Amino acid sequence: MSKRDLLLEIGLEEMPARFVTSSIQQLAEKMQAWLQDKKINFDDVQTFSTPRRLAVLIQGVSEAQEDLHEEAKGPAKKIALTENGEWSKAAIGFTRGQGMTVEDIYFKEINGIEYAHVQKFIKGSKTADILPEIKDIVTHLTFPKNMRWADQDLRYIRPIKWLIALFGSDVVPFEIANVSTGKITYGHRFLGDRVEISSPEHYATELLRQYVMVNAKERKEAIVSQLKKIEEENKWSIPVDEDLLEEVTNLVEYPTALFGRFEEEFLELPEEVLITSMKEHQRYFPVKSQDGKLLPYFVTVRNGNDEHIETVARGNEKVLRARLADAAFFYKEDQRMDINKALAKLETIVYHEEIGTLAEKGQRVRKLTNQLADLMNFPDQDKKAADRAAEICKFDLVTNMVYEFPELQGFMGEKYALQKGEEPAVAKAINEHYMPRNAEDSTAGSEAGAALAIADKLDSIVSTFAIGKIPSGSQDPYALRRQATGIVQTLISMDWDIHLEKLINLAVELVENAGFSKLENNELKDELITFFKLRVKHVLQERGIRYDLIDATLGSELHSVPSLVRKADILNLKKEEEGFKESMEALSRVLNISSKAEGAKKVETDLFENEYEHNLYNKYLEVKTTISNGVTEEDYYRLLLSMKEDINAYFDHTMVMAEDEKLKNNRLSFMASLADMIKSFANVREILVK
Amino acid sequence: MMNIQNMILTLQKHWSDQGCILMQAYDVEKGAGTMSPYTFLRAIGPEPWNVAYVEPSRRPADGRYGENPNRLYQHHQFQVIMKPSPDNIQELYLDSLRALGINPLEHDIRFVEDNWENPSLGCAGLGWEVWLDGMEITQFTYFQQVGGLECKPVSVEITYGIERLASYIQDKENVFDLEWTDGFTVRDIFLQPEYEHSKYTFETSDTDMLFNLFTIYEKEAHRQMEEGLVHPAYDYVLKCSHAFNLLDAKGAISVTERTGYIGRCRNLARKVAKTFYEEREKLGFPILMAKEENSHE
Repeated sequence: MSKRDLLLEIGLEEMPARFVTSSIQQLAEKMQAWLQDKKINFDDVQTFSTPRRLAVLIQGVSEAQEDLHEEAKGPAKKIALTENGEWSKAAIGFTRGQGMTVEDIYFKEINGIEYAHVQKFIKGSKTADILPEIKDIVTHLTFPKNMRWADQDLRYIRPIKWLIALFGSDVVPFEIANVSTGKITYGHRFLGDRVEISSPEHYATELLRQYVMVNAKERKEAIVSQLKKIEEENKWSIPVDEDLLEEVTNLVEYPTALFGRFEEEFLELPEEVLITSMKEHQRYFPVKSQDGKLLPYFVTVRNGNDEHIETVARGNEKVLRARLADAAFFYKEDQRMDINKALAKLETIVYHEEIGTLAEKGQRVRKLTNQLADLMNFPDQDKKAADRAAEICKFDLVTNMVYEFPELQGFMGEKYALQKGEEPAVAKAINEHYMPRNAEDSTAGSEAGAALAIADKLDSIVSTFAIGKIPSGSQDPYALRRQATGIVQTLISMDWDIHLEKLINLAVELVENAGFSKLENNELKDELITFFKLRVKHVLQERGIRYDLIDATLGSELHSVPSLVRKADILNLKKEEEGFKESMEALSRVLNISSKAEGAKKVETDLFENEYEHNLYNKYLEVKTTISNGVTEEDYYRLLLSMKEDINAYFDHTMVMAEDEKLKNNRLSFMASLADMIKSFANVREILVK
Repeated sequence: MMNIQNMILTLQKHWSDQGCILMQAYDVEKGAGTMSPYTFLRAIGPEPWNVAYVEPSRRPADGRYGENPNRLYQHHQFQVIMKPSPDNIQELYLDSLRALGINPLEHDIRFVEDNWENPSLGCAGLGWEVWLDGMEITQFTYFQQVGGLECKPVSVEITYGIERLASYIQDKENVFDLEWTDGFTVRDIFLQPEYEHSKYTFETSDTDMLFNLFTIYEKEAHRQMEEGLVHPAYDYVLKCSHAFNLLDAKGAISVTERTGYIGRCRNLARKVAKTFYEEREKLGFPILMAKEENSHE
C-alpha cells in the first residue's frame, strides 16, 4: 500500500525551556498511540523541538486504516432457527444489526452449543479523512503550567502562533484558537523568514536555511562542539553541567557559543557565589583552568549567528559585572555581621506558620543533636562542636548573600563562621547539615555535621507530620521523602548503630512539648515509622538488594539501619550458597510453629521427653550466651545456621503439639524463645527459596 | 546615543501608533506600574483597554542613599497594557526596541520564562523576562488573574525598566550617570531625593505613625467601598501598600506579621476588584458597547 509522510508542527511563543523536552516526548507518544489505535501503519517517528515549536515527522504513514475482518456472534442455533427450520426474527434482527443478511450466517460451536455467526468486513477509512482528528492530540497535550491569551478559552503552555499539518503535500485541515493549519512555518525570529514547507521531508533542511536547528539533539551536539572549540583554543576546561546544557539547548534555535571576561578582583568572592551568579542567574558556563582553578571568564550561548558577537559579549560582561559587584557588596556587608545578632533575627523568621519560628526549630534541633551525640558517645570535642554548630547553624539565613542567593545556604554559613573565628569542625558541620542536598550529593562526613544533619532533617519531618502534612502519592511539597532518605543514608555512611525508633521517639517528644502537634502521640509515631520503613526499603532497593531479603530484615521494629544493611548484605551474598535453602527452611519451621505459642514463657527442661529436645535447648542457650556477649551480624548468621542439624533432628523426633497440654505449652514456649532469637536477625519466612 | 527623555518620547510614539491611550503617571505612591488603576482596575472585566504610561515606582527597600550604581528608591517603568492581548504583541514589542535603536540582529534577544505574581494584589500572570545580551530589560506578562478575578479576555502587560534599558543604550555602569536630557543626568535630578528618601526610610520615619496610617487608610478604604466608590477606596489601598513597604523596609514588620499585612492588602484589593467589576457591569461595560457599535457601523 502506498504511504506518505506526516508532519505536525505547533508554532508557539517561547515555551519555558524546562518543559520543552517533556512536551515533545508527550506529543510523539500521543501521535503514535493515535495511529496505532486507528490501525494506521507507519514506519518511523522523528521529533523536533525548539523554544518556539514542537514538531513530529512520521515517515511512511499508510494511506488507509487496516481493513478489519471481524467475527460477530449471534443467537444460539435453536433460537436462530424456528421449529420448521426457517430463520427466526432473532436471527434476522442480528444480521440486520451487523449490516448483513441471513445469507451470511454460519454456525460455530462454543462450549458445546452452536451459535449463529457472521464475518464482518470493515473497510479501513482513508487516512486523509480521519487525520483532522489529530487536532485533539494538539489540544489535549498537558503541561505543568498553562495560560490563556486574548479572548481564547484554550489553556496552553504559551499562545499558539501557527500550525503545520501536512500529509504528503496535502494540508490536514483543522483550526485551534483561531489558527488554521497550513504549510507555512517561521524561521529564526531575527535571522530567518517565513517559509513554505512543500512536503514533510523538507522540514528540517528548510528550517536550517532559516537559521533554526530544529533537531534538539543536533542542536545540543552543536553547542557541545562549540564549547570544545573554545576550550581548545584557549586551553581552558569548561565543565559541562548536563542540566544547564539541556536548558540552554531549549533556550535557543540557532546556537553560537561565545566567551566574555570579568575583573580578576571578583575571584576573591567565594567560588560558589561566582558559579551561582553565572549558572543560575545568567545560564553561563563557568570556565576553569586545566588544573581546575576558576578563571575570570564565562561562556554563553547566543540565540543567533556570530555577527556582532563582540557587542553581545560586551553586553553580557556588563550584566555579570553588575551582578558580581552586587555580590561583592553583600559579601562586604556580611563581614560586619555578628553571629549573635543574626541569631536574634531568627526569632522573627517563621519556619512554617503552624510550626513556629526558625529560632524555635533551632532549639529543638540543638537538643536533639545533643541527645544523638550522647547516644553515640561522641568524644567531648565532637560533642562541643555539634552543640555549637546546632546553636548557630541557621545564622547565614539572615545574611545578605543568602538572601540574594538562597541556594548558597550552608556554604556561606561555613565561610562566614570561619571568618568569625568558629572552630573548623563547627563551620564544616554548618555546611554539612544540609547534606545530602540532592540525590547525587554525598552525605555529611564529620561526626558533628552528620549528627546535625540527622537532627535537623528529623525535626523537619516530625514537625511537618505533626501538623498533618504527611506525604502521599505524588504529594510531597516539603521533600520529606528526600530528607528521610538523607537520614538513612547518613546513618549508613557513618555506620551509626542507633535504634531508629528510639531516635524518632526523641524527636516526637520535643515536637509534642512544643505544643503545635495536631496528631496523637501514638498516631504520629505510627505514621513516622511506616514512613521511615518505606525510606529504608527504598535505600536498600537502591543498593540492589532483593525485595524478599529486604522484607525479611526489615522485620517489625526499626532498629539500627547499618545493622539492617549488613544483614541484608549478608543474606544477599549467601543466598546462592549451597545449603542456604535448607537452613532457611529449618529456621522457618521454628517460626511457623512458634506462631501457635502464646509467648516465650519459662522453659521447663524436666518436661522434655527426648535427647533432641535437650540438644537443641542446650544449643540454644549456648548461642544465646554468645550473642548476648556481642557478635557481628555475620557471626549471628553463622550461629543461627549452626543450629540447623539440631532443629531438624528436634522436629524429626518431637511432636510439638503434644496431646498433653503441659508438654505442648512447654514446647511452644521453647519454640517462641528460639523464634525470637531468629527473628531478631531476620524474619526468614519472608525469604523466597527455590 | 538616546537620552531617557527621547527614549520615553519614542516609546510613547510607538505605542500611541498602536492605538494606546497615552496616560500620565497616577498621582499616588506605588511600587510598580501594575498598581496604577490604569492597569489594576482596567485589566478587570471584558472592556477593551490599550494604554501606555510612565510610572515612577517607589521601592523603599531598594533605597541605597544614592550610593549603589544599580539600585534606586524610585525608578521609572514604562508600562503598556493591551486588552485583549494582540496576536502580534511580541512583534510590536520588538518593533519598539528597533525604534529605540536596538537592532535585534546585532544583539541576543531572548524571551526567558518568568511567571509573575503579586500576592498583595491577588494578581498572577505568565510570561517572560526579556533578555538583551543577558540583561533583563522588560517584564512581559499575560495576566491570568487580577484582584483574585480570572481575566477574560486576557491583558498583556509590558513593563520596561527605563533606567535598566537606558544604562544599556547609553553604555553607562552607574545609573546616576545616565543622561535624562541635554545637560541633565539622573544624578542632577534624583540624587538628593534618593539620599533623603533612603534616610527617611531607614532612619527617620516614624514607625508608630506608619502603623497608625496603615490602619487608618485600611479603614477608610473599607468605608469608601461600602459607599460603592471604587476609585477613592483604591487610592487608600495604594496608600496602605506604600505604608506597608516603608515599614517592611525598616524591618518593623516580623515575618509572621508580614503575612498578615499582605493578607489585609490582598483582601482590600480583591474587594475593590470585585466592586469595580460590578460597577462597570451596572453601567453596561460602556467601552465594550462603544467598540461593538463602531464595528457594526
